[in-house]
Order: sequence, then structure tokens, then C-alpha cells
Amino acid sequence: MKKSEFPDAFQKVRETDGVLDIDDQFEKVTMILRHKDVRKCAHYYQSFKSGVQPGRIVVPSEEKIREIRQIPLELDPPLHTQYRSEMEAWFRRPLQEDYELKLTQITSDLVDEILDKAVLEVVEEFALKLQSQALTLLLNVPIEEAEIWISWGTHVFRSEDNPLDAEKAEILYHYIDEQIEKVLHHPGDDLYSVLLRSQFEGRKFTKEEVKGTMILTFAGGRDTIINAVTNIIVYFGDHPESLEKIREDPDIIGKAVEEFIRYFSPLTHLGRVVDVETNVCEYDLHNDDKVSLCWASANRDSNVFKNPNEVILDRKMNPHVGFGFSHHKCLGATHARQLLKILIKVLVEKVHSIQLLESEENIETWGKIKRKVGFHQVNAKFNSIKN
Amino acid sequence: MAKITFITRDGESKTVEGHSGSVMELAVQNHIQGIDGDCGGVCSCATCHVHLSPEDMEKLGQPSEIEADMLELEDNVSSYSRLSCQLDVSDELDGMTLKVAN
Ligand code: HEM
Ligand code: FES
Repeated sequence: MKKSEFPDAFQKVRETDGVLDIDDQFEKVTMILRHKDVRKCAHYYQSFKSGVQPGRIVVPSEEKIREIRQIPLELDPPLHTQYRSEMEAWFRRPLQEDYELKLTQITSDLVDEILDKAVLEVVEEFALKLQSQALTLLLNVPIEEAEIWISWGTHVFRSEDNPLDAEKAEILYHYIDEQIEKVLHHPGDDLYSVLLRSQFEGRKFTKEEVKGTMILTFAGGRDTIINAVTNIIVYFGDHPESLEKIREDPDIIGKAVEEFIRYFSPLTHLGRVVDVETNVCEYDLHNDDKVSLCWASANRDSNVFKNPNEVILDRKMNPHVGFGFSHHKCLGATHARQLLKILIKVLVEKVHSIQLLESEENIETWGKIKRKVGFHQVNAKFNSIKN
Repeated sequence: MAKITFITRDGESKTVEGHSGSVMELAVQNHIQGIDGDCGGVCSCATCHVHLSPEDMEKLGQPSEIEADMLELEDNVSSYSRLSCQLDVSDELDGMTLKVAN
């Protein structure tokens, strides 16, 4: 199997049952696997709620280790809408020309750094750096701040083998508390300051609310971006002809990004809590049951996607749910899309080929299913176009 | 060439001229409020939702199955809804008025 191949782990059970029960810390979670069902559950927030105890809708659950609510993720309309509308304009800044130029510079400098280096470990030495430096633009803080985030390494925020280990997340929480205190004394034009000035029902956001938003911004935009960047590089390593194809026809970059998000689905799933007796795929669900909307499975549903297990760079119809769907669709998607588009643009400009060496896959376990989501490490050599 | 008029949610009307590409792209180039085209036109975001007049709907035809499934779960959907990334700018659209849905 090629390194860039990401098998559809859910195919069989999606087609036969449409749902899969898994255990999460002694609680049953029913994963919803078909495209149509996933979209419906995401849309009908009245029956499938996000605004429950903080930490409950993520899988594995963080209920026992987190009291603070992630905003706007862990809320339902109409509250959700009120918070989210305060943030939307800020999260669209990546479309501004100035932002795009700065992001291009960051990406270009990082690629120059790695070109023709003997061997490089892509996850730590490239993807993490790009993700962190790019995030300074989204937060509008000095680029030097990225050094701190890079120093946390890739396994910050959540312990790999123990979901009840709260210590990891503390690093992030302390850091955010510190930043909020700093900004309270010296407000500026960064995201913390903007949130501290934001309004909810006629009053300003509380520190708690700002913290909950910032935690989500850091956590939601970290592994997802790192996996997307790494997987795209591995794909180009296996497919030099695709680099060539895009070089010849750069207009397809936008479609290629959507296709990579579909194929790699960097966020596998996210939970909801059932509020009424209902059923999905003839499977009965009861009040307070936990389900998860499996974006990764929906994105390979052959009822919707032709040749779902192939990467078709210029796929025309691509109703993927890689960034979620409906009310909670990814607020960071504008930034993520811009980052990935620029990455591909810079790669095809500068890189002739990428030689892949040893790597270690990152495999998630969901009940009886094992899903490849990315890599713990990938060693590679980037050959520049000039040589 | 086609002249297309967009009416946004706050009642503003803007007529723009296009030659090629999709109606969504034309709207984004002209900063039509309410048309964002987040996914670039692959039918994944529905941020390009417009309402046609009944006559224009008949002229341009019903959405494909994938487009219709997307619209089904959208706010402000009507039987004259289309995703404008699925409409190509052509002479056929000359003179049409589209109401931005969101
Ligand atoms: C390739 C990268 C990314 C992927 C695949 C991704 C995926 C997702 C998905 C599937 C959801 C929906 C969750 C749900 O329905 O419960 C979501 C929500 C969200 N994402 Fe992302 N994300 C990415 C990058 C980012 C980035 C860079 C940020 C910010 C720095 C971010 C911030 C958020 C936020 C704030 C929400 C919650 C929106 C809401 O509840 O209204 N994401 N993301
Ligand atoms: S632009 Fe995304 S669906 Fe039309």
C-alpha cells in the first residue's frame, strides 16, 4: 500500500448497518456513518444537541477533565448563533489580500528552508511550524509567538493514551489565562482583545467565554491542519505527476483542496447528545444517548461520491462534510482553505519531487475499526525544481 | 455576455456583467453580499444560494440530485432555489434577476 493511501475504514459497516456502536469510557457512542444521515443530524440541532455538559460531545469525552465550555462549538442555536455572529467577520480575514500575502511569505520561507536539506521530519519540522506560524496571522499576534506553540510539540492538549489525563491541557489553559490578563491591561487588535470587546446580550464577553473560544481556536486548528499538511505532502511524494498536473493547470488548486479535505477528513467525527426518541437507519436512539457524526465515513459514501476511494484533484461535484455541515460548520475553514491553497501553490512553484523515507502512521481506534488519520512522523527529502 | 441583477437580503440591487465562469464567481468578484462561495463551487458549502423567478426556474431547469440534497437542508429554501455555483454565465441568463437567499 502506498503511504498516501488512506483506506475507507468504515465502508463495510456503513453499507450494512449505517451505524457503529463504540465504547468511550464506559459510555456507548453510536457513530452515524452515512452521508445523508450525518448531514441531517448536523442540521436538526433540536434533536441532536451540542449544548450539553462541557466536554461531553467530543470523543473521547473530556467531561471529567474540563469544566470550561468551548464556544461556539458546545452551544445550540439560538445562543450559538449569537456568539458565532460576533466572530464571523474576524474569521473571514484570511480572504484579505494582505493576509494572503503574509501567509504566502511564511509558507515560502518555510519551504525554502527545507529544500534540498538532506532529510527532514515533515510533521515536526514543517507541518507544525507552518500551522503555528500561520495561526499567528489568524490571532493577529507577532510571529515570534509561534515559537512557544512549536515548543509544545505535537502531543500537547491531549494525552495520547489516557483521555483522563488533564495535565496536558493545563499547558494550554495557563498560557491562555496569561494572554488574557496581558491583554486586559494592554488591549490591542489581536483576537483576545477583539473577543474581550465582543458583546453578548448587551454585555461584554466574560473572561471565561474568551478562554473557551481561544481553547477551541487552538485545539480545533492544530492536529487538523498538521494532518492535512503532512498528508498532502505525502500524497505529492507518491504522486509527482500530480505536482506536474497542477503546475500546468493551477486553476484546479481550489478543487484539489476540497478533494484533499474529503479524502483525508482530518477530523474523524464529533458528538451530539440525543434529545428525543428518534431513529437513524432503523436504529433506535433514546433521550441522552450519545451519537457521533462521522465526517470521515460520510466522505467516502458511494451513494454520493463516484470512486470515493480515489483522489480526483479536479472533482467537480464534491459535497464533502470534512469541515462539518450546517450550524457548526468549521469557523476556521477560511483560514484552513487559504493555508492549503497557498501551500500547494508554493510547492508546485518550488518543488520538483518529494522523496519519502521511513514513516510511522497515526492510527485511531474506534471500537473494532482502525482508521489512519495521518502520521506520527514522516521522513522526506524535498528536491527543488532547479536541480 | 449576460447582464445579471442581484437583489440582496437588505433589498439592494446591483446589475453586473459577466462573460464566463459560474454565477457564483461573478457574484463574488462583484462583492455581492450573501454570496461567499466558500467551497469554490464544488457544491459543498451552499454559501451561494439564490432564488430565481418561476419563469427563469423553468428556463434553467431543476437542480441536480446532489444540488437538491444540499438545498433541502438550507435556510430559506423554496421551490425556486438554486446554488449559483451550478449556473454557468451564458447568454441564456441575460437580463435575469436573482434574489440572494441569505
Ligand atoms: C483542515 C482543517 C480543519 C478541519 C478538517 C476542521 C473540521 C471541523 C469540523 C468537522 C467542525 C464541525 C464540528 C461540529 O459540527 O461539531 C469544525 C468546527 C470548528 N472549527 Fe474546524 N477544522 C479545521 C481547521 C480549523 C481551524 C484552523 C480553526 C481555527 C483556528 C478551526 C476552528 C473551528 C471552530 C471554532 C469550530 C466550531 C464552529 C461552531 O461550532 O460554530 N478549525 N471544524
Ligand atoms: S460555492 Fe459552495 S456550494 Fe456553491
